[in-house]
Amino acid sequence: MTKPESEWTWKEIPVGNVILEPGNASVYRTGDWKSFKPILNKELCIHCGLCYIFCPDMAYNLDAEGYFISDLYYCKGCGICSKECPTRAITMVVEEE
Amino acid sequence: MIEIRFHGRGGQGAVTSAELLALAAIWEGKYAQAFPSFGPERRGAPVVAFCRISDEPIRIRANIYEPDIVVVLDASLLKIVNVASGLKPNGIIVTTSKDSPEKVKESLKVKNRVGVVNAAKIAMEVLGLPITNTTMLGSVVKASDLVKKESFIPPFKERFGRIADKNISAFERAYQETVVIQ
Amino acid sequence: MAKRVGMEVSIAAAEAVKQANVDVISAYPITPQTHIVEHLSEIVANGEMDAEFFCVESEHSAMSICIGSEATGARSFTCTSAQGLALMAEMTYIASGLRLPILMIVANRTLSAPLSIWNDHSDAMMIRDCGWVQYFVENGQEVYDHVFISYRLGEDRNVLFPVIINMDGFVLSHVIEPIELIEQEKIDQFLPPYQPLYQLHPDQPITMGAFALPAIFAETKKAQEMALRASMGKILEVWKAFGDMTGRYYQPVETYRAEDAETLLLTMGSIGETASVAVDQMREEGRSVGLVKIRLWRPFPFEALKQATLHAKNLVVIDRAVSVGGPGGPVASEVKAAIYGEPIRPSVYNFAAGISGRDVTPFDFIKMVDKAEIEIEEGNKEGFEIYGVRE
Repeated sequence: MTKPESEWTWKEIPVGNVILEPGNASVYRTGDWKSFKPILNKELCIHCGLCYIFCPDMAYNLDAEGYFISDLYYCKGCGICSKECPTRAITMVVEEE
Repeated sequence: MIEIRFHGRGGQGAVTSAELLALAAIWEGKYAQAFPSFGPERRGAPVVAFCRISDEPIRIRANIYEPDIVVVLDASLLKIVNVASGLKPNGIIVTTSKDSPEKVKESLKVKNRVGVVNAAKIAMEVLGLPITNTTMLGSVVKASDLVKKESFIPPFKERFGRIADKNISAFERAYQETVVIQ
Repeated sequence: MAKRVGMEVSIAAAEAVKQANVDVISAYPITPQTHIVEHLSEIVANGEMDAEFFCVESEHSAMSICIGSEATGARSFTCTSAQGLALMAEMTYIASGLRLPILMIVANRTLSAPLSIWNDHSDAMMIRDCGWVQYFVENGQEVYDHVFISYRLGEDRNVLFPVIINMDGFVLSHVIEPIELIEQEKIDQFLPPYQPLYQLHPDQPITMGAFALPAIFAETKKAQEMALRASMGKILEVWKAFGDMTGRYYQPVETYRAEDAETLLLTMGSIGETASVAVDQMREEGRSVGLVKIRLWRPFPFEALKQATLHAKNLVVIDRAVSVGGPGGPVASEVKAAIYGEPIRPSVYNFAAGISGRDVTPFDFIKMVDKAEIEIEEGNKEGFEIYGVRE
């Protein structure tokens, strides 16, 4: 688990400032940036996967039932999925406090 | 340390001459250095090249202002460049010319030893080209005994490959035909 | 036995790159570095060297490719001069920040304008702070030797820095002189294959060149600074090992007839050899003059410089570049900074000489020593002037 940048001393930094832990950006919670979140109406969903393709943060995952669901840990609430959805199955709703 | 200055025209091989002389000296186990007068190469323009030869490592990297030997690869330069500039009192001038050494010496107004050969004629007859660089080296060796004749063969072979033999012939003919006067 | 051969210094440099078993060469030709690149492209094309030769469209790309190839663990080489180095400057900082031990030969040349192709150190001084190990060599043998020394040093896991060999353009690059070539078996022993600490490889993904927020950048800079300073021990160690192999021992600062000298000349690069001739001439006249030569420019050899200079009364520093509008020449200002804290130290008089290929003869050094001694005597103790300028 990567520790916050502000806690590293100069002696601990790997040579050349390389990041040795692959994919450690996954720790980064971009989900708390959002003010809107996508809600899927499963009755309208045709499983086309356009939301998955267009999501700039790769927040969408396929669930066991065959629906693409946004992982709210990463979803920034940009609304691109909702715009692109051909059946208007995704609605952006205000995130509660 | 012996310092040699070559005068030629861009493309005539003054730099090659200086280099081959240095290479022959190094091949003999001496220390030597050769370098052009640095700058954009301009075919036909008067150029100079320099060579130093010594039994000790050479430390000086400046141009040569007071040469022991001056070599002139193109007779037309005798009239337009002061080739004797800075030449040491006991220095030697070796030049190509159709004229006699006495006449050349008189026109240069020098008291130095002068060696003359018609290198342009030899180069045309042996190489089929008016390039006098290797020819004039034969003349330098005759006039100065600076480096042994045989020491030029390896650098000539490496530089010229299959036309090395022709260059060695031109060198040899210049060695035979050079006339030196005190 | 080592083979002693007469050859152009640029060709010797290229031969050394071949003998060092370099994997990737990426360079853009520019005067006076051209002969190195030409010769390397020829030997790669002839199959005499198993390396990738990249013909790039600019020096910026040349260094970018070296950074990429070195990051994968390939031993990489480039060389340039003046404006080429200027175009490459951005990437030089990246190579050192990523700690990639690339080797670059800079055939030093004046930065335009006016346009000039001749030799001085303005190009090297432009990237003085780029974080590379930086040597200034004095002759062709040193260029050849330092190719092996640089890779052995840079690739050491306690170092991991890119290295610049500064060699004077034309004055070294275009000169034919004897070079002692080292046998391949000895080189292979001295310089084993590169074993990178970190490398880009699909089997073990890592990130190189990520950005750093203000919260961590200062720590990265200190890590780099401490590592470059700490490389001094390895620099000396590698030179010692090289000397044991060849008999040619190098030092960060070298002196010539300096021990008891009242006035010291200080030079960097090939003019040091000519200066030593001037010192001999002045000694013959009974003058107390010696010579100090800086070979290692980064990390700066503070201790060695102090040891070599503090006893003197006058220190005449010959720069090959001008810090326009600044304190004079860059070498002099570093030298002054290095000895500033010492209670007893020489006065430093500074000349910029040999600017853009202006010839510097032994006589010129004598004139500079004369002038500096008079100026210091008259109280102008820290003067600076560009030598030999027509008024």
